[in-house]
Amino acid sequence: MTVARFWRKIPHRYNLIGTRCTTCGEHYFPPRQMCPTCRREGKIEDHKFRGNGEVVTYTVIHTAAKGYEMQAPYNLAIIKLDEGPSLTGQVICRQDEMEIGMRVRSVFRKLGEESNKGMIYYGTKFIPE
Amino acid sequence: MRDVAIIGIGCTNFGELWDRSFRDLFVEAGLSAIEDSGIQGEEIDSMYVGNMSGGRFVEQEHIGSLIVDYAGLASNLHIPATRVEAACASGGLALRQAILSVASGYDNVVVAAGAEKMTDVGMDTATDALAAAADREWEGIMGATFPGLYAMIARLHMHTYGTTSEQLAAASVKNHHNGTMNPIAQFKNEISIDMVLNSNMVANPLHMFDCSPISDGASAVVVVAADIARKYTDIPVYVKASAQASGSISLHDRADITTLDASVVAGQRAYKMAGMTPDDIDMVEVHDCFTIAEICAIEDLGFFRKGDGGRATEAGETAIGGRIPVNTSGGLKACGHPVGATGIKQAVEITQQLRGTAGKRQVDGAEVGMTHNVGGSGGTAVVHIFSRNR
Repeated sequence: MTVARFWRKIPHRYNLIGTRCTTCGEHYFPPRQMCPTCRREGKIEDHKFRGNGEVVTYTVIHTAAKGYEMQAPYNLAIIKLDEGPSLTGQVICRQDEMEIGMRVRSVFRKLGEESNKGMIYYGTKFIPE
Repeated sequence: MRDVAIIGIGCTNFGELWDRSFRDLFVEAGLSAIEDSGIQGEEIDSMYVGNMSGGRFVEQEHIGSLIVDYAGLASNLHIPATRVEAACASGGLALRQAILSVASGYDNVVVAAGAEKMTDVGMDTATDALAAAADREWEGIMGATFPGLYAMIARLHMHTYGTTSEQLAAASVKNHHNGTMNPIAQFKNEISIDMVLNSNMVANPLHMFDCSPISDGASAVVVVAADIARKYTDIPVYVKASAQASGSISLHDRADITTLDASVVAGQRAYKMAGMTPDDIDMVEVHDCFTIAEICAIEDLGFFRKGDGGRATEAGETAIGGRIPVNTSGGLKACGHPVGATGIKQAVEITQQLRGTAGKRQVDGAEVGMTHNVGGSGGTAVVHIFSRNR
């Protein structure tokens, strides 16, 4: 990912800023600029999420994604935030602590890196609440 | 809209084909489909080709031009060729475009092909190219892999419905068995439940043998207006439905993680178009990129109640001779999964079944067959229904 491509999403990645449609009240993370319910009737504004939620489902990844080899095995989960939307993120805890329904909260962490000399990605991960 | 029929099929072997190039593969598949159909090159009105990632796998874009050129149909005949991309559903979507162009009356004779050459790059590049079928900015960057996404579907399916690792493995064992009877299959060896469960963990709960392989291969079919089909063949295979549906590109945006709602809707649209129900289908090729994907597919397409797919598979209801034979070709797991080619290969398999030429894997009394091709974790689904009867 180029520097600009990562940089323009930094507020969203670092601070869990998504969006909210003020017409229907629905929250979106990852951020959307078009509300699927209200479409052109919708009015979208930024919304900072509290970062608390629960694990909907999870896996322990053994064969890592490119740039994430150093972290394997790592826990990946779909987390439903208390405000409504779900996102994909890593959960930092022992493998045997992972369970569906567990409460988690967001933390700022290193996500991955492109190579020894490449860009380092920072962003949001989760830990048990 | 006009009725459409398949009159010719062709397929290369699927596998790690080190001695064959991308263009070798699609030329072989295309020519065998054209020979099988009995048409002349001059009769072809247009071509559609499904290819997911020529740019990443062989550093080649402009795939339509390359294919039509090396098929010998560019310099003299200037036949139009269009590449179609929907990740792993590229092949099914190319077939749908070919069907639409004939159904509309715009074209009479169209070739639909699919091709992917995945082993010219290392495993990490191939895996990363496939990960591009998910949302790069909000799934990939979090460390999600493709097996990882389907593993999360499997975990929740197990939690909600009591599906077991053994039941998932049963899909793989059954597909390997079917693969032993398919001459083009990448894997022609029997495996056991224990072999699946003892293979390396890729993304818990999915083992290596729950996952389809990296493959090279190409396949092609010739579709024509049904009115002229009997000019070329005694056994045309008629297209009864061609349906497509979209879902969210990200798994986390689905209402129910264990349901590919694009599959549900594409299936419903196809049944409605054909005037049929799941009971009318004699066999189905589903998109088993992972064992859990086959379980979800047979539920989402209405063959089994949600949550019953694992138990039905373990009980042999999806084997040849069972209630609804699933993936007689060996599926993506055993036949192989050259992503762009898969959707076309599914139609090749069903055509062989309906012609009665599927050899040892022939389903008795096959009259109606279905194909189901999925892009990504369910962002795109393409479903076709074919019949011996118009």
